[in-house]
Amino acid sequence: MKRYWLLLNNKCNWIFILLVWSAGAIANAPAGSAYNMTRGATELSHKVYNLHMVIFYICCVIGAIVFGLMFWSIIHHRKAKGATPAQFHGSLKIEILWTAIPVLILIAMAIPASKTLIAMEDASKADMTILVTGSQWKWHYKYMEYPIEFYSLLSTPRDQIENNAAKDDLYLRDVDKPLVLPTGKKIRFLVTADDVIHSWWVPDFAIKKDANPGFINETWAKIENPGIYRGQCAELCGKDHGFMPIVVDVKTPEAFDQWVAEQIAEQEKAKAAEAARGLMTKEELMELGKTIYDTRCAVCHQSGGEGLPGAFPALKGSVIATKDKPAHIHMVLFGKPATAMQAFGKQLTAAELAAVITYERNAWGNDTGDLVQISEINAALSAGE
Amino acid sequence: MSQEHSQSIESANTHHADDAHDHKPQGFSRWFYTTNHKDIGTLYLLFALLMLFTGGSMAMVIRAELFQPGLQFVDPHFFNQMTTVHGLVMVFGAIMPTFVGLANWMVPMMIGAPDMALPRMNNWSFWLLPCAFTILLSTLFMEGGAPAAGWTFYAPLSTTYSNDSTAFFVFAVHLMGISSIMGAMNIIVTIFNLRAPGMTWMKLPLFVWTWIITAFLLIAVMPVLAGVVTMVLTDKYFGTSFFNAAGGGDPVMFQHIFWFFGHPEVYIMILPAFGIISSIVPAFARKPLFGYESMVIATASIAFLSFIVWAHHMFTTGMPVAAELFFMYTTMLIAVPTGVKVFNWVATMWRGAMTFETPMMFAIAFIVLFTIGGLSGLMLAITPADFQYQDTYFVVAHFHYVLVTGALFGIIAGVYFWIPKWTGVMYSERLGQCHFWCSLISVNMLFFPMHFVGLAGMPRRIPDYALQFADMNAFISIGGFLFGLSQLLFVWVVFRCIRRKGEKATAQVWEGAEGLEWQVPSPAPYHTFQTPPEIKSGH
Repeated sequence: MKRYWLLLNNKCNWIFILLVWSAGAIANAPAGSAYNMTRGATELSHKVYNLHMVIFYICCVIGAIVFGLMFWSIIHHRKAKGATPAQFHGSLKIEILWTAIPVLILIAMAIPASKTLIAMEDASKADMTILVTGSQWKWHYKYMEYPIEFYSLLSTPRDQIENNAAKDDLYLRDVDKPLVLPTGKKIRFLVTADDVIHSWWVPDFAIKKDANPGFINETWAKIENPGIYRGQCAELCGKDHGFMPIVVDVKTPEAFDQWVAEQIAEQEKAKAAEAARGLMTKEELMELGKTIYDTRCAVCHQSGGEGLPGAFPALKGSVIATKDKPAHIHMVLFGKPATAMQAFGKQLTAAELAAVITYERNAWGNDTGDLVQISEINAALSAGE
Repeated sequence: MSQEHSQSIESANTHHADDAHDHKPQGFSRWFYTTNHKDIGTLYLLFALLMLFTGGSMAMVIRAELFQPGLQFVDPHFFNQMTTVHGLVMVFGAIMPTFVGLANWMVPMMIGAPDMALPRMNNWSFWLLPCAFTILLSTLFMEGGAPAAGWTFYAPLSTTYSNDSTAFFVFAVHLMGISSIMGAMNIIVTIFNLRAPGMTWMKLPLFVWTWIITAFLLIAVMPVLAGVVTMVLTDKYFGTSFFNAAGGGDPVMFQHIFWFFGHPEVYIMILPAFGIISSIVPAFARKPLFGYESMVIATASIAFLSFIVWAHHMFTTGMPVAAELFFMYTTMLIAVPTGVKVFNWVATMWRGAMTFETPMMFAIAFIVLFTIGGLSGLMLAITPADFQYQDTYFVVAHFHYVLVTGALFGIIAGVYFWIPKWTGVMYSERLGQCHFWCSLISVNMLFFPMHFVGLAGMPRRIPDYALQFADMNAFISIGGFLFGLSQLLFVWVVFRCIRRKGEKATAQVWEGAEGLEWQVPSPAPYHTFQTPPEIKSGH
């Protein structure tokens, strides 16, 4: 009894009890805590959270026991207190004991972990499928059951990143067009990439799956509640790796169906409008071109067209942007294989393509006076690579 | 700098030049042509110190950029170069060469050998390193900059999508690999052949045991690294498609090969530190090491397991579930031998008569903080939870706890422990304690909060972050700057010793220290054990 009392009477042990308690307090903070893993929005993410907390508490207890004994020894078995060293140097019994106990703890942990893992890897019998494609530095979502696909880009303005404007609450966490999903459906994600390896991570779904170029990974989620869930790319994918967030807008099945109908109608309308559009004026082209250039091209070629020497070529004063117009159009539409230059023909509308090429041929002193029209883009697209 | 202290070492050596065989050239040619294990050890240690500060200054750039959200000092491309080169310099330039330097100094003295078995190769394996790092660091000043694909240089970011620094990087890694393999061969041959009569295997100090196991790991995996960088080179420049799906290759295969090297590499960077701690704790507890045999067996088990856990770095790459289960179980198993080591150290302290000089302080900090790193490693082994931890600051916190407060603290403890033997003077205990407390507090300010930002969802290797991580990152950066500054104290302590400022050390140096290295005078003469010593019974 006296020994136990001493254990509590010791300052160092109190510190450890306090540490374990505060670790628990941090861990039990409400969801969305800035200090702990999210509980998430799916049954599996709850399980993952529970596994995380159990192993965390086990680690705390092991730490408290081992460090407690060590500090007890440090306080009581010091030469300054007149301790004389014992001369024991081994005990088979105790070695077996502290090998066997950890093995038992590990087995106890491995069982629930294995069960959860096997459930997470079973993407069969899905209600719907989304193809997620990463490329430098944006995500592309394609609904396999609907004629809907789109790119999703960071919507934080450059001004905020460069500290020229106040940062809003969703700084670096918002996109122009979120992925929209229904609740209560088993959704299968097929994950791949166009260029380098990316990783699609939404903490609330406990999903992090690498997007490997040339290979397709699968994973799944069944989301319980409507809401906005945010994540970001989790595998270093080049210069703007830190700037490719993921936003998932989860709606009730009814609201989701309505959204699908709206999307299809909007796409039809946009197509018709572009087909009806005739020649664009230079002002129209340059204005639209600057917007597209700043969101799509400036990350590599820089907003002044100067590029990054040795990494990304300059457009300002370059041969391609001042001389050979068909080659310029071809480059933007079909990209340059095995480089970071993507094929924008499938990413932008004909009007946007015409505008951005016009902009590149007339901005920053590239005063070629060339205009590129929608008809030229369509001709080049139908001619193919 | 090296000229200056080389002179001071020389002048000190002339005082102790009672050894008739002590002929050596002076100045530059002494160091360039030297085949003496102590000289080469010194070269390794000073080079590693220089690299520690080179890599450290890159860490300061990283922490300065991350002090606040937004881009302040560097552009994202340069930020990626910093994280990449910081990792490469710290792993291959600071930690690994320090351990080779310590082995050069201590292994011959601990086993009663006159020198390393292959002294000329020893010289070459050191002098390759400055060449390798000149090549690597020169890329920082080239158009397009240094490698920026992370120290793990995953394909195809490091092949198709990299710039031309790749060729320099590959060549530099080849040189580092040749250097490491030669260093490892030398240590193996020395320990197998040059032990003093009576120095049987189970009498070897644990530092020697951990190093021989490390040396075998190096020989096993450095060629794998050489293979993978060569594949990167041919993929980029010679049209092969090892890692390019369009040509029938597989980018994930890169990760398998890399981590087959990379995981044993992790143990290469920690096993010698285990050896150092196993020397220091008994010395300051004045009590024999608890469970010597089980320490040897645990070290060998860790080395064996290190070959069958590599894919735990790749749980999110989309492996079959059977493979994920296998690698989860093997990874969890590593906790068992590692636990045995920690328990043995605690049992060694138990009922000892401890004193707390600087080496012991760092050794105790090592045991506590390395164990924290080990426990977070156990959490990372749980595959479903790893999906959330992977590539976040939680991982950054984990591996910095094992590499900074583990490997680096072990090294610092070893330097304080042995520097009286190297220089013949005691370091300043007051400065040493000051260095210890500054390092201990700042290193935890630096790395402990990283666990929390990682769990809350901050990915690693990003130059800018969302606003909810701002306060923590500012705090972490302050910890980082303080930790960086604290190491200047270390340099001061070391250079005071090199310039012979301090109390003269006895041969024994530490009351409780045991082993052959404490039977030669301090500083250790230029040549030791030219006639083999007699080995008493017992460890």
